[in-house]
Amino acid sequence: MIGVASAVVLLPFLAAAAGLLGTRRLWRGAPPGPADRPAYRRAAWIAIVPASASAVLAVWLLAYLWQGGAAPGGTASYGDGAAFWNGALPGTVQGTLSVIGTGSVPVTAGLRVDGLAAIIAVLVTVVSLAVQVYSVGYMRDEPRYPSFSAFISLFTSAMLLVVYAGDLLVLYAGWEVMGLCSYLLIGHWWEDRANSRAAVKAFLVTRVGDVGFLFGIFTLGLAAGSFRVDDVIAKVPAMPTGTLVAGTMLLLFGVAGKSAQVPLHTWLPDAMAGPTPISALIHAATMVAAGIFVVARLYPAFLGARPTLDLLAVMAALGMLGAALAALAQDDLKRVLAYSTISQLAYMAGSLAAGSDQAAIFHLVTHGAFKALLFLCAGLVIHSVGSNLMSEMGGLRRSMTITFPAMTIGFAALMGLPPASGFFSKDAVLAAVEHAAAENGPLTDAAAWLLYGCALLTVAVTGAYATRAWLRTFFGASRVHHVALPEPEPGVAHVWDGREAPVSMLWPVGVLAVPALLLGFAGVGAVDWSSAAVSLVVALLGAGVVYAAWRADPVADPSRVLGALRVPAERAFYVDAVYQRVFVVPVLWLARLVARGDDSVVDGAVRGSGGVAVRVSGLLRRLQTGNAQLYLTGVLAGVLIVAVGAVVLG
Amino acid sequence: MIAVVIGLLAVPLAGAALLLLFTRAEPASGAASEPASESASGAVEAYVPPRLAGPGWIAGPSPHWYGVAVSGITLALALVLAASFDYGRAGVAQFEVDRPWIPGLDLRFHLGVDGISLPLVVLTALLTFLCFVHLVRHRPDGGRFRALAFTLLVLEVGMIGTFLALDLLLFFVSFEIVLIPMYFVIAVWGGKDRAAAAVKFILYTLLGSAVLLLGLLVIWAHTGTLDMVALARAHGAGMPRTVQIVAFLAVAGGLAVKAPMWPLHTWLPAAHTEAPTVGSVLLAGVLLKMGTYGFARIAIPVLPEGAAAVAPWLGAFAVVGIVYGSLACLAQRDLKRMIAYSSVGHMGFVLLGLATLTPVGMNAALFGNIAHGLITGLLFFVAGAVKERYGTAELSRLGGGMLTRLPYLGSLLTFACVASLGLPGLAGFWGEMLALLGAFDPAPGLPRPLFLVFMAIGGAGTVLTAAYFLLMLSRVTHGRADEPIGDAGLPEEPLAETAEAAGAPRVRTPLAVAEEPVEPVATVATVAGPPDVPGPRLGWPRDVTPYELAAWSPLIVLTVALGLWPKLLLAVTDPAVQAFLGAR
Repeated sequence: MIGVASAVVLLPFLAAAAGLLGTRRLWRGAPPGPADRPAYRRAAWIAIVPASASAVLAVWLLAYLWQGGAAPGGTASYGDGAAFWNGALPGTVQGTLSVIGTGSVPVTAGLRVDGLAAIIAVLVTVVSLAVQVYSVGYMRDEPRYPSFSAFISLFTSAMLLVVYAGDLLVLYAGWEVMGLCSYLLIGHWWEDRANSRAAVKAFLVTRVGDVGFLFGIFTLGLAAGSFRVDDVIAKVPAMPTGTLVAGTMLLLFGVAGKSAQVPLHTWLPDAMAGPTPISALIHAATMVAAGIFVVARLYPAFLGARPTLDLLAVMAALGMLGAALAALAQDDLKRVLAYSTISQLAYMAGSLAAGSDQAAIFHLVTHGAFKALLFLCAGLVIHSVGSNLMSEMGGLRRSMTITFPAMTIGFAALMGLPPASGFFSKDAVLAAVEHAAAENGPLTDAAAWLLYGCALLTVAVTGAYATRAWLRTFFGASRVHHVALPEPEPGVAHVWDGREAPVSMLWPVGVLAVPALLLGFAGVGAVDWSSAAVSLVVALLGAGVVYAAWRADPVADPSRVLGALRVPAERAFYVDAVYQRVFVVPVLWLARLVARGDDSVVDGAVRGSGGVAVRVSGLLRRLQTGNAQLYLTGVLAGVLIVAVGAVVLG
Repeated sequence: MIAVVIGLLAVPLAGAALLLLFTRAEPASGAASEPASESASGAVEAYVPPRLAGPGWIAGPSPHWYGVAVSGITLALALVLAASFDYGRAGVAQFEVDRPWIPGLDLRFHLGVDGISLPLVVLTALLTFLCFVHLVRHRPDGGRFRALAFTLLVLEVGMIGTFLALDLLLFFVSFEIVLIPMYFVIAVWGGKDRAAAAVKFILYTLLGSAVLLLGLLVIWAHTGTLDMVALARAHGAGMPRTVQIVAFLAVAGGLAVKAPMWPLHTWLPAAHTEAPTVGSVLLAGVLLKMGTYGFARIAIPVLPEGAAAVAPWLGAFAVVGIVYGSLACLAQRDLKRMIAYSSVGHMGFVLLGLATLTPVGMNAALFGNIAHGLITGLLFFVAGAVKERYGTAELSRLGGGMLTRLPYLGSLLTFACVASLGLPGLAGFWGEMLALLGAFDPAPGLPRPLFLVFMAIGGAGTVLTAAYFLLMLSRVTHGRADEPIGDAGLPEEPLAETAEAAGAPRVRTPLAVAEEPVEPVATVATVAGPPDVPGPRLGWPRDVTPYELAAWSPLIVLTVALGLWPKLLLAVTDPAVQAFLGAR
């Protein structure tokens, strides 16, 4: 079975290589123009066929584990809390290609698929396939579609490597390559400087986290004497608490970077500059889930480090509420969804902090489905309206007869309304958090109550912003500008034609709507009905406030209910400006100082020493008068001194 | 197999000698394009007769294939060497040649390869070959092609000799041989400020070599041997601690100039910027490695106690170099100069790996050496191509939109930069990561908290490295091809990672250019390439030619291969490193 696992990872990688190298013929004249239809078609096939194969194989692998076909157990002994997929999906499939000696702890090039990995891999491959199909329509006639689809394939492969990796450094490799793909795809429309900046920002902010992540891997790996995931987990009980806390805190840097958690969340809203399929794939469903996945993967280590869990709880609490408030104030539909992603990921982080990785992964999977659905629907809306701004939408439920119900399902799941999937998973998270606060969970009391309070408040705010986005997009009077542009601006997709999007874009939406609606029933047996009732009431309360404000004045933005908080929320509480002041400006100042100092001080010293040498030799030159008598006198004096010296000393 | 080892030196030497011996009139065009009345070219006139030419059979229509042939044979020999190398015994010197050289002084002509030197020998032969291939179509300004071929072949002899030598004095002689041809490469075929850059290069490195020689003599005086194998096996036996420290300081001082270690690096930006493309490639790809190779081969194994005493300082200078180099890159306004400063940062990682005195750190250094040679070689090739097409390498004059204008060249630049910033899956990652891993757990006896601080600073350096490369890519490759260029092209935004563009003073701008208004050069017709092949569009420079791509592809392929499968290299270096450090 390890061959299947390798194929799941390798197929998209080969597709990426083929897509980058094989879709265009070199030197056929001008830079590729928009009319390169054969290249476009070739690229679409190269992208979709391996993605489908990979998805099928990933599902097969999951089914294989489900039937208990794999060797039971593995070497890892998981602690409490990880029992769910070990019970339902016992066993692991693993294989090692080679052990790479580094002179210290070796790197094991190998894969390891257990229940957790198999579930996430199915999510990744299915969403990735949906996005590939959707992109064919969304990026129609886009001259750079071949590289676009190849980068999506590369991204898929890297994410699958993260999920299946049997070694932490292999995982790190996939982790970083995802960051690169994210950079390349956010900056896909690089003609616009803003996109280019957003791409650079995304890469740099996540890279800051990744450095900490790498050091965390070093800490755990050297303490365990191996970078293999199994070995690290097996050695956790033997590790001193200090090592565990240091290692997991460092890992949290990377988790915060990739999963866009406070304080490294600032890149995600800007990343919405990328094409919408990318937002769906990378910045909603998969890459941002990688951080959560890694915590779940190394969960025994985190459970052994209580201070780390407290920190995670505080980060999650601040992040979920702040991001939800920011989402309520945004006008750009994609930015609403972006802040909502930060907020929902914070739910997962909070669940992990509260000691339930099962609820976190459950919410990760359902969120992956419904957020991808929401983004793809948003893409349909944007594709047909020609603008990202909700102030230029409205009344679309009549024209977009497929998008409207699909997006309604997505919003219902986001708010946590039954029977959509989000209801069950969010309930699981809230129950876990409540449990941690009320009883003795792994958290300190203060952190647990803070987390629980913020989680409940966020439920209300989530209900509010989801309702607002839903109303502003699909109801009320139409505010669409019917401007016939000759050609769409790069970055704003296509132009309003009053019709539903092409079929290739509708199919993925329809397919994703099914799991977004029904996936929750997988957890129907575990519902905590009392906490579910509380959260439902709170969510409806938030939705009701917005609905009342909208009814009062359907043209005005219901975000006015925020009052004085509205402007700070729209600016995401000025975090960007603070980072700009505190980090970016000083670094650039320092850079200029160094560049100037290198020329004047460091090199100045070198040139100065040269100058001194020239001047000293100028002094010596004075002796060379050209007067033969003087030279002769000198020679005679020397002979005399030598002779006297010889006599005296000899 | 001994013949192969000797052949590696003899073939380029004989090739150079043939060029000198069979003199015929140089084609007039070469002499005509020679800029007159330069002090530096005056010097070369005295050194290499202007009427220099090759043997009759190569003096035909394409004498430039001669260099390709000679360096190709050398490369083939290097590959034969690599193929017949016994990888099971990578820790010991193989194919040894050990003959008396100057018996009166007990000097021996002692050559050999082991896991440490083999990759560098192959890299040298490869880069020299690619440089000659590049030269076939891209003659640098300054004409005198035959003289250039001669110079590069002599350079190759010195470079390969440095990596093959197993005798301290032979090492030193090879180390010195390299300087002279490189001086001429910069002084004759360089850019505008070539004379000053060349003089600075040679004086600085000669001074370093003098210190190095003193250190080697101290070793010789105390041990009575110059045999590197024996010295390494002795692990410093016979030398008291203070002597080791003094000798290490001297040897390391000399090598640090070459590496270059901060703050001894200032010759490098000038030399790199002024040198022609082939000069920059060989300078960055091979010459810098001679310094760090010396650390791994001589300074650390021969003087272990001295190394242990000085290592914290070495590490400190290394990480200062990483951050300093990256910051300097952030503020550079010239592409080639930026790549030059990036070498300071990358060699900082190599030195940090060495300073940890651990096997993993040494492996990191050796991996970093090769990776930097491949990637920076590629970067300089691409930067040279950019300069050739745009007529300048200044960022503000390059403007944006290279991906629109020259999509393939822009993509290759992106690839090279991404590789250079240490992305996993490409070669640059492993050297950096392993160096940091070494610093996480340095050799026993070294202060661990200090090295943890070094590791953290090095980690910050990787972020800065990513920052300057991405900002440069963003400025040059992104954006519209026709937008207003320069400082106006990047308005200040809340996220002004790019804010440095506005109001930053130019660093070392040539005076003539400083006064000109900043304009995108490539919107005017600067079509490069052979005139018989027109550019795809009038006024657009030609994109990467198949010829260029073929010349660069070995570097690209190796970068990917080593990145995906680092065992290729680690399996070769690790036994040798363990042998050097393990016995202690």
